[in-house]
Amino acid sequence: MNARRRVLLGAAGLGGLSLLGVRALAQPAAQVVKVAAKKFDYTPNEIRLKKGVPVVFELTSADVVMGFNIPDFKTRTDIVPGKVTRLAFTPDRAGKFVFMCDVFCGSGHEDMNGTLIVE
Amino acid sequence: MQRPIDRREFLKFASFGGAVFASGLGITAYGADSAGAKSTAADEFYFVQLSDSHWGFEGPPNPDAKVTLKKAIASVNALSEPPDFIVFTGDLTHTTDDPKERRQRMAQFRDIVAPLKVKDVRFMPGEHDASLDRGEAYQEFFGKTHYTFDHKGIHFIVLDNVSDPAAKIGEEQLAWLASDLKRLPKDARIVVFTHRPLFDLYPQWDWATRDGAQAVELLMPYPNVTVFYGHIHQENHHMTGHIAHHAAKSLIFPLPAPGSQPKRTPLDWDPAQPYRGLGFRDVEADVKQATYRLDEMPVVKA
Repeated sequence: MNARRRVLLGAAGLGGLSLLGVRALAQPAAQVVKVAAKKFDYTPNEIRLKKGVPVVFELTSADVVMGFNIPDFKTRTDIVPGKVTRLAFTPDRAGKFVFMCDVFCGSGHEDMNGTLIVE
Repeated sequence: MQRPIDRREFLKFASFGGAVFASGLGITAYGADSAGAKSTAADEFYFVQLSDSHWGFEGPPNPDAKVTLKKAIASVNALSEPPDFIVFTGDLTHTTDDPKERRQRMAQFRDIVAPLKVKDVRFMPGEHDASLDRGEAYQEFFGKTHYTFDHKGIHFIVLDNVSDPAAKIGEEQLAWLASDLKRLPKDARIVVFTHRPLFDLYPQWDWATRDGAQAVELLMPYPNVTVFYGHIHQENHHMTGHIAHHAAKSLIFPLPAPGSQPKRTPLDWDPAQPYRGLGFRDVEADVKQATYRLDEMPVVKA
């Protein structure tokens, strides 16, 4: 390979890398939202998100298996004690929505819910 | 297909040979099939549905909680004609985190309903009875959580959607249901008793069964299916295709209409009208026509 060809390939490679860089920058970074569950509440119990901006919920439970369900978006997961459960979510509409525990966890289960505010 | 139905539409539906619905004080409606045939007395019987007694509950939504169930039992015993059988569609007891207290409440509930004159009494659990120990205590007192029985030409199926704390029927029980249905003729008269709604009534308030759609799908090939359930502490009528789902009132406190307020908090107790919104239900079955007349009964007759 002569010197001229090496320079051309190098330039092409740099061009590719910079294109990848532009693409990476174009993707909105997922916001991490930590939510701690325990009998019978979530902290925080009010979460504000931006429409169209992806988030990753990092969910933990201090005691028993809980659920984290946002019925209006048909999105849910179990939260198992002793590990962090990650749930990727992008709200595609604005409004006030309920998130709630959908795994019966004890005498206060029915009040274990919170509000998701998407702006 | 799922859609809510209002009272007028329900009565219209009745005229097509479906379930017959009557509600309110003194209001009744009788069904006739599309051919106008009249049923004979031999094709008819009635049963009583009681639900959500939550024995052990204490609080302002029902300051009379210690006697409400007892009064309802007395009212059932006072019916002019005894029903063929009585069914309790779950939440016999109010949940407690203490397994010993749970068993105590179940024993007390069993003693309170023991004076029922009709001895054919069918039980099933609600999530308050069974979700914290997967039905262990419930089974010690009341036996199986899902089963079938036949009565005068109707096949009754009791489905358990509460012993799994995730509100699922589960693969094993769904396979059992499929196998039970398989041996029935397509025109079988089928009644399903369950605690939670089998459809998504209002999942934001946990008024759903996570895999309920699979049960409905299994039932769909059978044209004569009706579901009676509890859980939501109010009368509600809904169609999934040709299958009617009827929710019963509670015997402890009424809950608001689905989504009618931000929180699922009990409706206030009204001292001027004690037991308002509570009650039980008579269901008169016309086996030949596969229709059901529902009469909503108060805890105590005025």
